[in-house]
Amino acid sequence: MSKIKSTSALKLKMISLLASNIGTLIILLLWWGIAQMQLINPLLLPTPQETLVTLWVSLWQDLPQDFFLTLYRSLYAFVIAAVMGVPVGIILGSNEQIYYSCEFLIDFFRSTPATAMFPLFLIIFGIDDFSKIAVAAFAAWLIVFFNVAYGVMSTRKTRILAARVIGAPRWRIFFDVVFFETLPQTFIGLRTAISLTLVVIIVAEMFIGSTNGMGQRIIDAQQTFDLKQMYASIIATGIMGYSLNQVFLVIEKRFVHWKGK
Amino acid sequence: MTIETTNKKFSSQANVIGPKITVRGLTKRFGNELLYSQFDLDILGGAITCIFGPNGCGKSTLLNVIAGLAPYDSGRILFGEKTLKETKVGYVFQNYRDALFPWMRAVDNIKYPLKVAGLSKIQQKLRVEELIALFSTKIDLHRYPYELSGGQQQLISIMRALATGPEVLFLDEPFSALDYEATLTIRDKLQEVFQLSCLTTVMVSHDLEEAVYMADKILLLTKRPTRVAEIIDFYAERPRTAATLSEKEFIYTKARCLDIFKREVYK
Ligand SMILES: Nc1ncnc2c1ncn2[C@@H]1O[C@H](COP(=O)(O)OP(=O)(O)OP(=O)(O)O)[C@@H](O)[C@H]1O
Ligand SMILES: [Mg+2]
Repeated sequence: MSKIKSTSALKLKMISLLASNIGTLIILLLWWGIAQMQLINPLLLPTPQETLVTLWVSLWQDLPQDFFLTLYRSLYAFVIAAVMGVPVGIILGSNEQIYYSCEFLIDFFRSTPATAMFPLFLIIFGIDDFSKIAVAAFAAWLIVFFNVAYGVMSTRKTRILAARVIGAPRWRIFFDVVFFETLPQTFIGLRTAISLTLVVIIVAEMFIGSTNGMGQRIIDAQQTFDLKQMYASIIATGIMGYSLNQVFLVIEKRFVHWKGK
Repeated sequence: MTIETTNKKFSSQANVIGPKITVRGLTKRFGNELLYSQFDLDILGGAITCIFGPNGCGKSTLLNVIAGLAPYDSGRILFGEKTLKETKVGYVFQNYRDALFPWMRAVDNIKYPLKVAGLSKIQQKLRVEELIALFSTKIDLHRYPYELSGGQQQLISIMRALATGPEVLFLDEPFSALDYEATLTIRDKLQEVFQLSCLTTVMVSHDLEEAVYMADKILLLTKRPTRVAEIIDFYAERPRTAATLSEKEFIYTKARCLDIFKREVYK
């Protein structure tokens, strides 16, 4: 009886796993079909099997080094953005006057693609690794502090009043109430920021004299016409972005358990 | 501070009668709109006063001004001989969802005022146990507020408001977001607590029957510019029950309040 139950539960699990990945399977099938029938020049579009084999083989060669370098740069930029963005966001958010006096500047830089500022950062930081990290950190910092400031400004007043009538001093209201009220928006900012640092780092690795990293790897593969390697590297980068996002979602769910409830 | 003295200090069962509240010459405006002008009011100490009045006449504003949650332009507000700063007050908001801290478990919400007051962990725990006994509640306090029903959440807010054993308790339409059953339960719980303690309670209600049922005094306000229309006494014995609702005295008082209310609204 229980065995039947557990096997049917397993079946259900399999089915739901299948259902949630049906899009992926269709894409893979399409890719496979097109490559198999050679609708596109096989030099331009290798089959998925070949690509995955290349990915597997590269995993045991130099791919991990590039992978972790890119990850390291992205996280480095992200940490700078978070450490400098959260306090600035709190200060701007809790002083509306300061915020409004900077509003144009904030909106302007938020609308300027960070990549447009590569040359500026190259001049400031030189052509070494740190200029890439600096650009990414700058772009992510804007996102972080903007979201934090927005979160602080839109905190519900009732809870602050509740803490005030309880007799909590200002610092307590800040750490016990405002901080938590802002947390959901802060996490949105952080999650957007980590995605953005990855984007900027990859682009920087592609175009600012880099000798390593996934960006450089992808562009190298393209230029030497090693398309299997190019697709494999793109997939690896995608896995990195996806995993970062998932990790953040899990952290967010733990820390902001009350969100949407 | 020893445990013994703090317990006395924070116990809501202490037989100290809550202070009377005196409002003198209160002026409060929103922008150009004058809401209260040279407003005087006396609220009886140790009793329950229910505020009833037309929509938007400034009931919440009055409560917030007295409780120090909203600024006012001029006037003097005293609790007995003391100022607000020297008085311990509790406040129960209409919207418990927005008033409780969802990042804290129910028990930590209740403990929060005690933590702010600087009580040790043990003292906090003892006080919470006291409150649980006082309300004889079976709510699982280790849940988060959003895991509780509306009535349970409002009960937590009330326990939080009473945690430090305030001398004055403010409630702004505490039942209006609750269903009927929860309203009845919490009303009766509150009555029990009030009977044990003698705090000064000021409650806004939009339901005249409820206002009279709970009150020792019903404060009727006019339309804007807001003045006191009348203060009506209601002396029925406590605990009041469903039977109270059909007593002659109750029906008479309610009718009288309604008359004054209509007179003020349609004037
Ligand atoms: N923050 C504010 N800014 C401007 N006007 C306000 C503000 N708060 C209240 N008012 C105005 O003051 C008046 C009184 O508001 P208040 O909320 O005190 O009324 P109330 O008697 O509690 O109403 P209700 O019966 O709806 O609860 C209303 O006309 C309202 O428009
Ligand atoms: Mg109101």
